[in-house]
Amino acid sequence: MTATVVHAPGFQRSLGTMVSVRSVSKVYPGGVEALNEISLDFPKGQLTTLLGPSGCGKTTLLKIIAGLLPATSGEVMVDGMRVEGPGPERAFVFQDFALLPWATVLRNVAFGLELRGVPVAERESIAEHYIGQVGLKGFEKHYPHALSGGMRQRVGLARALAVKAEVVLMDEPFSAVDEQTRRKFQEDMLELIKNEQKTFIFVTHSIEEAVYVSNRIILLSRRPSRVMRIIEPDMPRGITPDQIRRHPAYLDAVEMIWQALKQYLD
Amino acid sequence: MISVPTSSRASAARTNPLRRVMTHTITFRILSVITVLGAWEYAGRRPISASFPSFSETFAAGWEMAADGSLSAALMITIVPLVIGITMSAIAGVAAGIYMGLDRRAEWVGVPVFIVMQAAPLAALIPLLVLAYGVGLATKVTVVCIMAVPAIVLNSFKAIRHAPVSLVEMGESFLGSREQVIGKIILPAASPVIFAGLRLGLASGFIGVILAELLISPTGIGDLITYHQSIAEYPKMFAAIAVVILLSVLFMEALERIEITLFRPEKRAQ
Repeated sequence: MTATVVHAPGFQRSLGTMVSVRSVSKVYPGGVEALNEISLDFPKGQLTTLLGPSGCGKTTLLKIIAGLLPATSGEVMVDGMRVEGPGPERAFVFQDFALLPWATVLRNVAFGLELRGVPVAERESIAEHYIGQVGLKGFEKHYPHALSGGMRQRVGLARALAVKAEVVLMDEPFSAVDEQTRRKFQEDMLELIKNEQKTFIFVTHSIEEAVYVSNRIILLSRRPSRVMRIIEPDMPRGITPDQIRRHPAYLDAVEMIWQALKQYLD
Repeated sequence: MISVPTSSRASAARTNPLRRVMTHTITFRILSVITVLGAWEYAGRRPISASFPSFSETFAAGWEMAADGSLSAALMITIVPLVIGITMSAIAGVAAGIYMGLDRRAEWVGVPVFIVMQAAPLAALIPLLVLAYGVGLATKVTVVCIMAVPAIVLNSFKAIRHAPVSLVEMGESFLGSREQVIGKIILPAASPVIFAGLRLGLASGFIGVILAELLISPTGIGDLITYHQSIAEYPKMFAAIAVVILLSVLFMEALERIEITLFRPEKRAQ
């Protein structure tokens, strides 16, 4: 009686694709094969999660989409354009936050705009808006060392939103954040995603997190990574976070993913 | 809209004044100085050696030399080659280190030279320098540079090379040009280690200038030390040594102030 839809790996959504990964392979110098002929489509305006056993190449794939790493073969298209490097339509949220310790929250959030040469007054007013959006109003003049892990990642998220990219790539954004802060942050993120009509690609190794925040979950196999399964948890939106965590569809999806990933543990 | 608990914002604890004085860093610094000077005074009064004066004797001797002008005259002679040498080493050394940190070929050519320089017993080169430059200012400046440059260059190099990868990646992902990534990320991130190298270089430069004054031409503070030793005026000799140490500490402190003012606003805000 599950409402969760499962697709075979070959499933392709033809309409409204924002990011398209085509036969991407990655072999690191030294011969480590991280990705093997991965093909995936990421629908526009949705949150898609890459989930898999640790060391499976999820982050490698995300960095290839970001243009921070070159693929060994294959190509990535974003909104129909081939990825040759980082681009203005993509923004990255880093696992270790990657905040400038010598810059205030305000400057950190505005930093992407600063690099693009946006005048001070303009970029600071944009940054202030997003600082408010992620719930850090009043912390503009603080330095990162004075903030908790969760607050630092909110700064990282605000910085990614401030450049108004259509695709936000998040590399295990909550992994350095403690469990309780993480739950609150996840709830806040769902709220933000509803307001921002953007495409989110999210890497995590937490099953619950993946099911809780995603429209679509891509299960990757162990290295060299291939797409094992695509799952679309069919949760009614608009119910409270606590209801989601008790919803049968949520529990079924978590269980299904756990069963699929269990084989990789030894 | 999302809200964050505001409790951490008002975390500045209001404690009573006595407690604040007792836990202030300055209190501990004063305590540390008093402990060292007290131990010195005790050791000098026991006495552990006939040639080891107590702190009070040394202080009085230092005061006397300051009053008769011999101290300031000697200081001027020592400081000039030191400042010239350190300034030259700092500018050239930091520039060379940064360049080698950013360019692999420059690294391969340059780094071995400075590692050899750092390893070489430079006092052995001093006779050679005297032959080349005589016993004047040029030799002293050269000794300061030779002593100071390796630490400055190698630390600047390492600082650049070890700039956090994720910050550089962040700069690239937000479309920073190579110049922007260097200027806005790599250099500020490297500045603490560059300044650590400058402090090491400064300390070595002090060793260099005193070495030159002891080995080449008895002038400046080095002369005060050797002269008072030869006539067994130990309090004055120790006063001269203490002045060198004090001067070195003051230079270090000044360097740290410069660093924090220029590159570390987050430390200023603390």
